[in-house]
Amino acid sequence: MEKLMGRPLTRRSFIKGATTLGVGMTFMPGIVWGAEEKQLNVYNWDTYIGENTIAEFTKKTGIKVQYDLFANNEEMFAKLKEGNPGFDLIFPSDYMVETMVALNMLVPLDHGKIPNIKNIDPDPNFSNPAYSPGMQHAVPYMWGTVGIGYRKSKFKTPPTSWKVVLDSDAYKGKIALLADQRTTIGIALKYLGYKLNSTNPKEIDAARDLLIKQKPNIKSFAEDNGQDLLLSGECDVVMEWNGDIVQVMEEDDDIGYVVPNEGGVVWMDNMCIPVGAPHPGNAHAFINHILDAKTGADIANFIHYASPNAAARKYVLPADLKNPAIYPAASAITASEVIIDVGDNARLYDEAWVAVKAS
Amino acid sequence: MENWRDNKLVAAILIVPASAWILIFFTLPLVIVWVFSFGERGPQGQTFLAFTLDNYARALELIHLGILWKSIWTAAITTLICFILGFPLALGVAFAPARYKNLLLLLVILPFWTNLLIRTYAWIAVLRTRGFLNFGLEWVHGKLDALFSLVKLPDVMGTFQPLALLYNHSAVIIGLVYVALPFLVLPIYATLEKLDRSLMEASLDLGAGQWRTMAFVTIPLAFPGILSGLMLVFILSLGTYLTPVLLGGTDSMMIGNLIAQEFGPARDWPFGSALSFLLLYITFIILWIRAVVARRSKGVSY
Repeated sequence: MEKLMGRPLTRRSFIKGATTLGVGMTFMPGIVWGAEEKQLNVYNWDTYIGENTIAEFTKKTGIKVQYDLFANNEEMFAKLKEGNPGFDLIFPSDYMVETMVALNMLVPLDHGKIPNIKNIDPDPNFSNPAYSPGMQHAVPYMWGTVGIGYRKSKFKTPPTSWKVVLDSDAYKGKIALLADQRTTIGIALKYLGYKLNSTNPKEIDAARDLLIKQKPNIKSFAEDNGQDLLLSGECDVVMEWNGDIVQVMEEDDDIGYVVPNEGGVVWMDNMCIPVGAPHPGNAHAFINHILDAKTGADIANFIHYASPNAAARKYVLPADLKNPAIYPAASAITASEVIIDVGDNARLYDEAWVAVKAS
Repeated sequence: MENWRDNKLVAAILIVPASAWILIFFTLPLVIVWVFSFGERGPQGQTFLAFTLDNYARALELIHLGILWKSIWTAAITTLICFILGFPLALGVAFAPARYKNLLLLLVILPFWTNLLIRTYAWIAVLRTRGFLNFGLEWVHGKLDALFSLVKLPDVMGTFQPLALLYNHSAVIIGLVYVALPFLVLPIYATLEKLDRSLMEASLDLGAGQWRTMAFVTIPLAFPGILSGLMLVFILSLGTYLTPVLLGGTDSMMIGNLIAQEFGPARDWPFGSALSFLLLYITFIILWIRAVVARRSKGVSY
């Protein structure tokens, strides 16, 4: 399927992805006595794995893989909420891992069965993520950032601050922000010098007021089509997920990407085993396969996302390693944060967002 | 032959599938949403059953009423434009020569053959800065410019500035009118088609002109159909979700988008349910008004 599509699409293609829902589930968890049957049911984002990753795994272990797709975290969550229909391995993002752990939907991982876990970058962002301390329930799979995509010819020097999209009329009517409330309000918070996951109502109100003030200069709160706005010339500067910008960079040399100095959002997708998985042993084996240095690099090179696998880095394409849209400057990463679930305080963000949209 | 209505068994067999379908796929989900609307959101976005009116109180906060108001006037403007465009169209089709009638009807329903998402994306291609409409305007601009240069008036036109047609509320209304127009034309057409033509002929014979006949005979007779069309367009536009998402700007949030946000990213199903019921109550009120007005009018019922 990936081959047919020519090149992988971004795995965050919301509206596009909604039309390519996973193929129907036709399997039933078999009753197994003793050893597990040679079967593994994987549930992953669309176009988010290497060309031969699954075939190699089956060749190596004899385990057959049933591979289903989802378009966003909420869809995956909804499928599992009322009981696991038979998935062994899922790929939720950071905040979703936290939610699922809180709801007892994930099995603690047996690190003894994943020797390759030593390949994960020792940087605590990866090896000890806030949403799953000590990788107890989740091993990072791929990561990326939210930053600024911009048309190079319209900038004398590349932007270095969120000011250009949040607090300036220099690109009036040529700016798009994301329609994702936690991301856009969170980045406004970062610009104002607060924490990405602030739960202080005063700070969130300040971020809200900043966005309301900036609204006359903004063309659109993009539902994951900021890259298209940039490519078509509708906008000159957009807040976007890096994967989306990487996609249009290949079509247009005049597009650049940067994570501003204030830092942005780092997102991470993870490998987790849901409660009720019929084949947890095989799932551990698959995680171990993915964490193999060569396999990890093959996946990263095919989908052009950054891998948290330190051992894989020497096999990653040099062009990707040098691309700031895939591997941004270390200083920008240090300043960035991961979105975490804020529980009941989610309402503060929701109300601020409605106020921004309605004002 | 006896009427099938008189045979209880046949009647039951015929009614059961439809009733079961409505019960399982319409009534039951609606009841679930109704129960949710009194619930509470858990810290992880769970829905806890409770009995609280908080969600309704929140739905009636000024900011949410503002979004509702915006949806109502957007739907009203859409309905008005649809009527101005659609009524003459329905008249034209209904009074067209018989051999063209089916072809004209086909043209009205032709857009339904394509998916709504694709048709809305097509509007993006038409309206955007580097879209077909701006290309067309640029071409006209260029031709006029050449013309003025010819009569020794260079630069009178200035350089072409593409119009910002997309990502604003006007674009939403354009999109809604486009989507909803057939829903207005079809009921009006159906009523006009059933009208007793001799009444109009009588009016014309007795000295009323075309305009008076239209105003005092045709429109009153067709009124129930017109009302159906107007209500259909209004309700359809009121609850729209897709059009504002794809064509709207920074201020185009409508009630459908707010509901989607509560069920989606905010994971607040109880509040989303309360908003859904608020919208449903408004729809009921509109349908009730329609029923009352239709009962009072003396036109052909549709």
